[in-house]
Amino acid sequence: MKILVPVKRVVDYNVKVRVKADQTGVETANVKMSMNPFDEIAIEEAVKLKEAGIATEIVAISIGATQCQETLRTALAMGADRAILVETAADIQPLAVAKLLKAIAANEAPQLVILGKQAIDDDSNQTGQMLAALLNWPQATFASKVTIANGEAEVMREIDGGMETVAIKLPAIITTDLRLNTPRYATLPNIMKAKKKPLDIVTPESLGVDVSPRLKTLKVVEPAKRKGGVMVANVAALIDKLKNEAKVI
Amino acid sequence: MAILVIAEHDNTSLKPGVTNTVAAAHKIGGDIDVLIAGSHCAAAASAAASIVGVGKVLVADAPYYAMAVAENLAPLVVGLAQNYSHVLAGATAFGKNLLPRVAALLDVMQISDIVAVESADIFVRPIYAGNAFATVQSSDAIKIITVRSTGFDAVAAMGGNGVIENIASATDAGISRVVKQELTKSDRPELAAAKRIVSGGRGLGDGDKYRAVLEPLADKLGAALGASRAAVDAGFVPNDYQVGQTGKIVAPELYIAVGISGAIQHLAGMKESKVIVAINKDPEAPIFQVADYGLVGDLFTLVPELTAAI
Repeated sequence: MKILVPVKRVVDYNVKVRVKADQTGVETANVKMSMNPFDEIAIEEAVKLKEAGIATEIVAISIGATQCQETLRTALAMGADRAILVETAADIQPLAVAKLLKAIAANEAPQLVILGKQAIDDDSNQTGQMLAALLNWPQATFASKVTIANGEAEVMREIDGGMETVAIKLPAIITTDLRLNTPRYATLPNIMKAKKKPLDIVTPESLGVDVSPRLKTLKVVEPAKRKGGVMVANVAALIDKLKNEAKVI
Repeated sequence: MAILVIAEHDNTSLKPGVTNTVAAAHKIGGDIDVLIAGSHCAAAASAAASIVGVGKVLVADAPYYAMAVAENLAPLVVGLAQNYSHVLAGATAFGKNLLPRVAALLDVMQISDIVAVESADIFVRPIYAGNAFATVQSSDAIKIITVRSTGFDAVAAMGGNGVIENIASATDAGISRVVKQELTKSDRPELAAAKRIVSGGRGLGDGDKYRAVLEPLADKLGAALGASRAAVDAGFVPNDYQVGQTGKIVAPELYIAVGISGAIQHLAGMKESKVIVAINKDPEAPIFQVADYGLVGDLFTLVPELTAAI
């Protein structure tokens, strides 16, 4: 069984982002970039399925600038077998990502596509569900446990009131939540090996996909700052503030 | 303009965020209809008809809608969407699962997690865990939108006189099924809609201490219990307690953070709260930068003292 895992290059989750002065976006020059954390979880899950003898091949995919090759090399070092970069300088929104992935899925014929549930830059949480729709495949979003057997995936999902277990027929889409697994670190020998694994480069045009954006960003601003609070000396002072100043108890 | 709100419900009652989603629809302006798709869901439908400002309540009743499976609901919503300029749902696990599937089938870009409406096609949404806000304009004919409930004050759930209309169901896609649900049982208010929240972090040490220290305070305040990702990952409490970028987004009147250092991913989920209290032994903890009232010291002494004094 072949598994596709799309990975996105994003501002590292430890970086405190800064809004650009001209309000066109967030500063990304000279900022540490990494693989989206949910996508690391997706790669890890695919590698585990391969180690368990369920998956036979893992193809990592990224969409964006040349530098996304670094993100793909990380995926290869974690255990993906080969990689595809859809190289483009355009602003690619989730619907366009889903269309590009659909085109690749048509060529690759995977049984499973595992994606992060959201990217921590635009926080959209759309691509997996959109890809499932375009392929007319079932979807198991926000996965915290995955079991594959008898042509089905049984997936435990994180939902608002607790947990839900769904059974979906393969081929299918799974999106990862935080507690699905703990991604491994790439070891030095594996990083060296990853440099020799195949990495193909294609373009949206070669895949025949129109990636024109549908959403126009008019401006990006910083959130309103909370006013600095006060430190209180003891519980009595806190109670006094809550009762008489904030009036919330 | 006409707006369709996809209501999240359990067949007998509506989830709290529905009235906030209707409030967002009011901001856009136009006729507002509500879809109730479920099984034996008449009670939920009449609750929807009581929401102020709702015109029609469309009811699709079929066994395969009982568990709100996106593969079955999406074709139904796609069929209805042609009659509307906007389709809205709450940005909950339900809405996030369903609406992107609908959007892709309609070939439109979803606008996720809006917190403000500027006009019928311009919306404000948080990005980078709420560290920036983007104002975006949609060029699609049908706007598919998920609504962050904390951005909109709920409209009245009673006093409306919507008209209930039964509609035809779409078919059962037959490609997925819910095997089971394990829902956390609690007498406390629902986290996402609570007026007061007591939230605990890794500083509590373990699950037993979390409960021993925080439950009495939450009981006294009538508060919901929440947690940081660290506390959930360490197994103190179930995952649905998590407040943060990828957990629940909350904005109660009072948020008491106990033993939570305040990672940006946690702050993203609670910094819209009206009053924030932080209790932590580390005076340098980032949580104090967003707290209205900070108390430095040993939580195992301070929280019982606070509980006794309220």
